[in-house]
Amino acid sequence: MTEFVLDIKNINKSYGKKNALTNISLSLERGKIIGLLGPNGSGKTTLIKLINGLLTPNSGEILVDGNPIGKDSHIDVSYLPDKTYLPDWMKVSDIFMMFSDFYSNFDIEKARDMLRRLNINESDRLKTLSKGNKEKVQLILVMSRNAKLYLLDEPIGGVDPAARDYILNTIITNYNPDASVVISTHLISDIEKVLDEAVFINNGEIVLHESVDGIRENYGTSVDGYFREVFRC
Amino acid sequence: MIWSFKEDRPIYSQLMDQIKLGIISGEWLPGTKLPSVRELAQEAGVNPNTMQRAMADLEREGLVYSKRTSGRYITEDEAMIDKIRSDIAVENINNFIESMKKLGYTPQDTLNAVVKAVEEVEEV
Repeated sequence: MTEFVLDIKNINKSYGKKNALTNISLSLERGKIIGLLGPNGSGKTTLIKLINGLLTPNSGEILVDGNPIGKDSHIDVSYLPDKTYLPDWMKVSDIFMMFSDFYSNFDIEKARDMLRRLNINESDRLKTLSKGNKEKVQLILVMSRNAKLYLLDEPIGGVDPAARDYILNTIITNYNPDASVVISTHLISDIEKVLDEAVFINNGEIVLHESVDGIRENYGTSVDGYFREVFRC
Repeated sequence: MIWSFKEDRPIYSQLMDQIKLGIISGEWLPGTKLPSVRELAQEAGVNPNTMQRAMADLEREGLVYSKRTSGRYITEDEAMIDKIRSDIAVENINNFIESMKKLGYTPQDTLNAVVKAVEEVEEV
């Protein structure tokens, strides 16, 4: 096992002439829950898509558990996109089977157990579920994989506070000392208590990487409060 | 236990304070077995590493102790629990005196006002 579950060295990414990420380096330890925090358009989603291989950097290196991005890294990365990508007509059970086929580390029994607790039936079709329940089903899929790195892009955006609590509770319950979870969001006050560390990203650059209690100790304010100070418009 | 957190202090130290209050108030009796760190983290809605840190610090202070393999327990040392109760009382009083100073009360003014308030409470 490598020291860092994610090791990013000097990556640059541009879309045409526009720089999306500039010289990003970031190393994340195992067993941590990390908030990737930044305003809209700061580069959060671009960074996540580079780590899961949906985009390729112009330069630099990314290692997941010591492996460069590719077929050896994909199995270790479990990704929750910021938009639904699952076809509406599918039943929950269909999606479970699809995940079993795609991912050798998908624990279908764990997924079924989590689903039962929510009183959602496996025979329900996605289109019959509320927005909050759809989000929950997607989170169950992602958290039921025995991965090394979980990338959750805006998991709490657009759901009600009770669904938000469920999502955060699920992340805590599934805590695994060998794996890390990266949560990208701008809703900081809601997730702050769940995080070990905060990474602030702005205009494609990392401006801070510190523990939540370190920020509170050093600046005498919450991560949310400090974020508002750093990113004051 | 109802957990709540303020903005301006580290979360682990707030967890420690709330667990101490739980012990002092008798919600957790001396010698009781504590839930696991994972369960406590879930209940409080906090990061498990943060809860672990709070527990390790409480253990260092002697307020909880671990038995190998069987988990963590509240201390049975009643003298220590009394000591923590009086430490917190002193801290609360000092904070109160400071906040009264901001209102322009000298410590003596504060004392007089407290004596008067206590007498009124007793009359009822």
